[in-house]
Amino acid sequence: MSGINNPASRKRSRLRGGDVLYLGTAGLRARPTRAVLSALGIAIGIAAMIAVVGISSSSQAKLNEQLSTLGTNLLSMQAGKTLFGKDAQLPEDSVNKVAALDGVLRVGSTGRVTGISIYRSNLIDTAASGGLGVDVASLGLPAVVGATFDTGTWLNAASSEYPAVVLGSKAAARLGIVSVGSLVWLGGQQFSVVGVLDPVVLAPELDSTALIGETIAAELFGFDHHPTTIYERSADKLVGQVRSLLPRTVNPAAPDEVDVVRPSDALAAKNAADQAFTGLLLALGSVALLVGGIGVANTMVISVLERRREIGLRRALGATRGHIRAQFLTEALLLSALGGVGGAAIGSAATAMFAVVNGWQAVIPLPVLGAGIGATVVIGAIAGMYPAVRASRTPPTSALGS
Amino acid sequence: MTRDIVALSDVTRSYGEPPTQALKGVDLTVEEGELVAIVGPSGSGKSTMLNLIGTLDRPTSGTAFIDGADVSRMSDVRLSALRAYRIGFVFQQFHLTEGFSAIDNVADGLIYTGISRRQRRLFARKALERVGLDHRLDHKPNQLSGGERQRVAIARAVVGEPSLLLADEPTGNLDSTSGAGVVELLRDLNETGTTVIVITHDIDLAESLPRRVSLRDGRIVADSGRVDSGRAA
Ligand SMILES: Nc1ncnc2c1ncn2[C@@H]1O[C@H](COP(=O)(O)OP(=O)(O)OP(=O)(O)O)[C@@H](O)[C@H]1O
Ligand SMILES: [Mg+2]
Repeated sequence: MSGINNPASRKRSRLRGGDVLYLGTAGLRARPTRAVLSALGIAIGIAAMIAVVGISSSSQAKLNEQLSTLGTNLLSMQAGKTLFGKDAQLPEDSVNKVAALDGVLRVGSTGRVTGISIYRSNLIDTAASGGLGVDVASLGLPAVVGATFDTGTWLNAASSEYPAVVLGSKAAARLGIVSVGSLVWLGGQQFSVVGVLDPVVLAPELDSTALIGETIAAELFGFDHHPTTIYERSADKLVGQVRSLLPRTVNPAAPDEVDVVRPSDALAAKNAADQAFTGLLLALGSVALLVGGIGVANTMVISVLERRREIGLRRALGATRGHIRAQFLTEALLLSALGGVGGAAIGSAATAMFAVVNGWQAVIPLPVLGAGIGATVVIGAIAGMYPAVRASRTPPTSALGS
Repeated sequence: MTRDIVALSDVTRSYGEPPTQALKGVDLTVEEGELVAIVGPSGSGKSTMLNLIGTLDRPTSGTAFIDGADVSRMSDVRLSALRAYRIGFVFQQFHLTEGFSAIDNVADGLIYTGISRRQRRLFARKALERVGLDHRLDHKPNQLSGGERQRVAIARAVVGEPSLLLADEPTGNLDSTSGAGVVELLRDLNETGTTVIVITHDIDLAESLPRRVSLRDGRIVADSGRVDSGRAA
């Protein structure tokens, strides 16, 4: 009478993979509210991370698109300080010198007429309100900086001799000008608005200024033809070389007094700062995820305690400890995967909404989506491990007696 | 030739520290095909003994041979297999899964044998026919009477055609009519060759069964002895 002779004793308890899933989902379906609530923690964590990455990727994509249309070959230069700390000036013939430089394609400039401001009308008390600054623009300026017009046109050879003005986007908004032909009060005289610029991404300083022609500026306000800012575009490959030559070219006597910047770099730097902020948000998201994982573990531990009888029953039906472990681990995995998928959906939706509101194209990197859902599986496995082991150690006698 | 499906010799089971003995040296053999009632006052060790017979527990000392295998020396995996294929359990509280139909509950009795869900349901339907519930296949536990629930639980216990059926107060939660029906069912199963061991508090029920084992304070104090089951093959 040995068990070895008995054919049944050679058979083993078996649980199909599909049935493990069946049992795992059955456990969740039995308590749907609890399942949803405990998956919610994970969902919030994943949603936060995906939204953060998605939004920053979308803004990066927007920036890349901007840079590729605006170009990265624009350099602008201004007078810095003299050795003695005074404001330096760019020489009068700087623009021509820059234009003559090898590789330079286009040049434009602005100069300031000091003490001149622009007002909506002559009825405004000029002592009480500061008004906006007025700059003198070269005719080539918009083409160099890539400015486009909200309404109207740029100054031309004829209009630059007349009291005509083009407004930056913010300046127009401040003055309340929306249409061409409006009259403004500029330097004690009426000027006619011929155009309003769109925001100039690579030269945002133009947004809050009023631009007039060189001829009229010299005639009315004694403009001295010294540029304050020079903008130039060169062949992409020569940007570095041009940049190093510019200070000496513009001001051979004092090259140190010329500051050269690459506006596209500033744009990228601002974005990089945003990315650093993204890192912080991402860290917060992972804390939420951790808390979500703890929530799942907690739910599972409670579930194991409550279901001692079910575990006992399953052991009586022939489940091995391994089968019980698999069932509860699967339940934890399903629970957090539920949160992961839900969170990915919420995060993607948030990204899409944010992008639409900002007029960007929504970019949700698939690897991040995959990593997010993968992370929930890992979290589910870790969170489910202890409860599953605990479930498997529940004594098989738990279903009997009372 | 009949063989012993249960053979306990000098089995003790103690709990806790300091140890209190729930079973104090029990000898019991049950042959294949027997129908045995276990009786005794509350706390006398009936459930403890049934757990040992069902391989849900191991003796503290002594030996327990179940279906020819020494429980103390078997791994969890092998004991589980024994329960999956050879032993069926019926509990006082039925332990049906709420929200699952009768047929799914019964099919669950085969889930650890690794056969497909479709096949399990096929066997489950047959088992429910056997307990006279073929008209309640898709009813959920809360749509069934107590007696019907216990029949579903019995169907689940026998769906795998175990050679040993263990029942711990199966009629404890039932009125006398449903209880009688359940007992009738256990008799029928025994007729077809299943060894049945049933714990009961019902003296009349116990008296009506071929063999009675009385426990008191962890010891067997009376055993009406085995009767020839008439199944000597
Ligand atoms: N898990 C346990 N831990 C500690 N003591 C236990 C445990 N299980 C049973 N006992 C003790 O063993 C003794 C026998 O218990 P058992 O459950 O076998 O009694 P029973 O005859 O089934 O009683 P009832 O008719 O009330 O079900 C009791 O004194 C009980 O307190
Ligand atoms: Mg008991």
